[in-house]
Amino acid sequence: MITYSFLQHYWWFLIALLGGLLSFLLFVQGGQSMIFSLSKTEDEKRLLVNVLGRKWEYTFTTLVTFGGAIFASFPLLYSTSFGGAYWVWMIILFCFTLQAVSYEFQTKAGNLLGKNTYRFFLFLNGLLGTFLLGVVIATFFTGSDFVVDKGNISNPLSPIISRWQNPWHGLEALLNLRNICFGLAVFFLSRTLAVLYFINRLDHAILEKRSRKYLWYNAIPFVVFFLAFVIWTFLSDGFAVNPVSGEVYMSPHKYFLNLVEMPVVMITFLLGVCGVLYGIIRTLLSEKFRKGIWFAGTGNVLTVLSLLLLAGFNDTALYPSATHLQSSLTLSNASSSEFTLKVMSIVSLIIPFVVLYIFYAWRALEKKRTNVEEINEEPHAY
Amino acid sequence: MELLLDASLINWSRAQFAMTAMYHWLFVPLTLGLGMIMSIMETFYVKTGKEEWKNAAKFWMTIFGINFAIGVATGIILEFEFGTNWSNYSWFVGDIFGAPLAIEGILAFFMEATFISIMFFGWKKVGKNFHLASTWLTTLGATISALWILVANAWMQYPTGMEFNPDTVRNEMVDFWSILFSPVAINKFFHTVISGWVLGALFVMGISCWFLLNKREKDFALKSIRVSAIFGLISSLLLLYTGDGSAYNVAQRQPMKLAAMEGLYEGKNGTGLIAIGILNPEKKSYNDTVPSYLYKVEIPKLLSFLGYRDANAFVPGLKDIIEGGYETPSGKALSFDEKRERGKVAIQALADYQYACQKKDTVSALMYKDELMKNYAYFGYGYLDHPQQLIPNLSLVFYPFHIMVFLGIYFIVLFAVVLILSYRKKIEHLGWLQWICLLTIPLGYVAGEAGWMVAEIGRQPWAIQDILPVQVAVSSISAESVRLTFFLFLILFTSLLIAEIGIMVKQIKKGPEAEKIEK
Ligand code: HDD
Ligand code: HEM
Ligand code: HEM
Repeated sequence: MITYSFLQHYWWFLIALLGGLLSFLLFVQGGQSMIFSLSKTEDEKRLLVNVLGRKWEYTFTTLVTFGGAIFASFPLLYSTSFGGAYWVWMIILFCFTLQAVSYEFQTKAGNLLGKNTYRFFLFLNGLLGTFLLGVVIATFFTGSDFVVDKGNISNPLSPIISRWQNPWHGLEALLNLRNICFGLAVFFLSRTLAVLYFINRLDHAILEKRSRKYLWYNAIPFVVFFLAFVIWTFLSDGFAVNPVSGEVYMSPHKYFLNLVEMPVVMITFLLGVCGVLYGIIRTLLSEKFRKGIWFAGTGNVLTVLSLLLLAGFNDTALYPSATHLQSSLTLSNASSSEFTLKVMSIVSLIIPFVVLYIFYAWRALEKKRTNVEEINEEPHAY
Repeated sequence: MELLLDASLINWSRAQFAMTAMYHWLFVPLTLGLGMIMSIMETFYVKTGKEEWKNAAKFWMTIFGINFAIGVATGIILEFEFGTNWSNYSWFVGDIFGAPLAIEGILAFFMEATFISIMFFGWKKVGKNFHLASTWLTTLGATISALWILVANAWMQYPTGMEFNPDTVRNEMVDFWSILFSPVAINKFFHTVISGWVLGALFVMGISCWFLLNKREKDFALKSIRVSAIFGLISSLLLLYTGDGSAYNVAQRQPMKLAAMEGLYEGKNGTGLIAIGILNPEKKSYNDTVPSYLYKVEIPKLLSFLGYRDANAFVPGLKDIIEGGYETPSGKALSFDEKRERGKVAIQALADYQYACQKKDTVSALMYKDELMKNYAYFGYGYLDHPQQLIPNLSLVFYPFHIMVFLGIYFIVLFAVVLILSYRKKIEHLGWLQWICLLTIPLGYVAGEAGWMVAEIGRQPWAIQDILPVQVAVSSISAESVRLTFFLFLILFTSLLIAEIGIMVKQIKKGPEAEKIEK
């Protein structure tokens, strides 16, 4: 039966999936954060910029769609988080804006700021875009500082429904060590994936060798920060919802219990983690192995998907308010109406088709690995 | 935090949205218009096999790519600004408004992002027909993204297909099709997309004339002029037709906007259209006796005819709309005070309903709900205090409207003249006409921005017509924060715009020959 609750769960699943895809595609940002370190000569830099430049739009569009999908399916989450954590989001958006022009503009004559400025923009986007997105996602587990009162609308002097309770408007999330851990995990993960992507795509011996070295530097911190976050979260109290009364309360080991109580999510989570580790370790061990990105990427999607499911499923508050528990957002109080979710679910049936043509187009363009000569011959190279 | 509403917060939020939207609109119409023209040229290439068409198409594609990147950069800010700056709005109408935005992402943005990469990188990697299809799909993707965002915008001007739910305290979608196929949405889609085509045609025609002025690339320029003049003439005629449709929709559904567009204070039967006019800045209030115009040239009865398809119809002016009492198809018009009274009743009923629900008093709850629903159509008026708040800024609506219409007619004439002369093979000798075409490019941008000013400033104070005034739509943040982001984005976008123009100029100077060499 397609009930309201089923639709809410389905849409949270889609959001989680989009989040997973987004975190995988952040490899573009991870690569950008290494423009000045991984590549030394101009040729090498150009090569990096060009292989990343053919993928940036997918990451960007996934971010946009992630936002749009949250707006359509959980409007209260959209309005509370964006309107409340104003400054973090504005910084994230700002650096994505910089990214959007930097590929196209950097090598063109007359571009005002010069090539290196645009590359610096890419670097900045790689640094802040990944880290801050990680911090924001971590607040889904650690909670934020807001109050929601739908009754406000009938007070013409002060009609605003959701209000952030501190003047930092999102920047306060940076004071929480657990959020920082996850931010750093996402940052190093995106760099790990980027390195694996380079190993797969580049036909360039020096860069490949250096990439393999960089894999060590990034995979190890990633694993450390990721485990720290996960273990910490599993040991901490979580934000549980009483399914009958809708009351939110703190419950010990909530996220760990969610994992145990939802075996499918547990299996997905473990598969995901193993996939990531397998991709990394096998690449480290074998000089010939170039397919690490596929294992680590798929594993990454599954891991983030299941993490976000842990945050929303099984009577958990998906966007908790740490200061005013009863304001926390849940699947049922933050979602769109049943009718809207139904309409959107029909639309979502198109997604497999979209994925298919993206895959097809991707294949049509990338039969061989990319090298410097190819870039030099390409009239539309960046 | 920031509990009470602060007027400067509202103003900065509006300024920020307006600024980002107007920047976005500098790039979007060119994407829509150039997209069509390069697709048409590549089609000629595939049909005829002539390399010149391919080079021409590739030249315009390079320009397209530069413009596209910055369009995307400005778009992402807009998308999230509904949340960051209009968070109350996002909850209050998100159930309806979010859907088109999500659909836009799924259906349109991915299509654009995917096929644009084949269009740019696929010349040697995929077959001719596949490549042509990708170019068309890129253009189609852009057009579909325009469709969904315009559906969303049309809904703000004319909310339909929804119902207020007092339990969730928001408007909820009940009829998807009536939102998608609302007459306002359909007309808005065509008028706006076609305005992009007109801009694209003006752009291609103007740049081609620049080549003629510099005695370069004659063959390419003449071909491009021919294509753009035909395409531009057809588009600009369609634009006039859909523009008339827009004005008709406004007259039917947003009479205050129509009155502002025409600077009409006191309505009458058989109202004329102001062809040229200067508003009287001394007029401070809707009901003083100061004359409304310093100067005007009026075409008798035309406004009645255009707005109501009847030369003797009554067109209400600002004063009539505030004072009410005139006849409308649905009965006597209410005055501002009556509407506000009913809005206040609705808001109070909502509060009482919530209280009754808390007390589990179902009988009273039902009664309050009934009262709320009866008065909901005027909900937003309950937040207003003074009739003057209902009047948008007249000069920012009146002048832009007249500029747009004037330019619309001028474009038709220009395309027609260029087309005739290009068939008579005279265009290459007429330096003055080439100059006119070149100098007309910025006017295309002026007309489009003016159109949006009419549409968006003309609906003030409403974020959602009659239901949600802007001051209830904002987020709870400090005015200083918004002012800071306003300037950050202003500086960022302005620098990027300068960079974009710089790149385009260089790229155009290189000319289509460059494409040939690179091949
Ligand atoms: C090249 C640009 C251009 C040109 C020459 C015209 N328009 Fe336009 N117009 C637009 C570009 C535009 C636009 C940017 O696309 C707008 C802004 C919002 C919208 O729906 O379309 C618009 C809006 C708009 C509106 C307001 C719609 C609303 O409030 O929802 C009206 C009444 C007209 N137009 C009418 C006309 C008429 C009678 C024209 C005479 C030829 C005309 N326009 C030419
Ligand atoms: C890209 C073309 C557009 C331009 C140039 C434009 C222009 C403007 C302007 C000038 C304002 C300020 C009005 C005022 O406060 O006096 C404004 C406000 C606004 N517009 Fe648009 N607009 C565009 C498209 C849209 C679309 C497609 C939507 C919705 C889907 C939209 C939604 C809004 C909102 C929410 C505000 C802020 C609230 C308000 O002031 O009414 N705009 N826009
Ligand atoms: C004010 C509301 C608007 C929002 C929130 C918005 C949002 C966006 C976003 C997020 C993008 C980037 C998409 C990507 O990742 O590729 C974009 C690009 C685009 N938008 Fe908008 N947009 C608005 C107004 C409009 C209007 C009024 C139109 C057309 C009538 C339009 C047409 C396009 C097109 C064609 C693109 C492709 C890029 C380009 O043309 O430069 N948008 N928009």
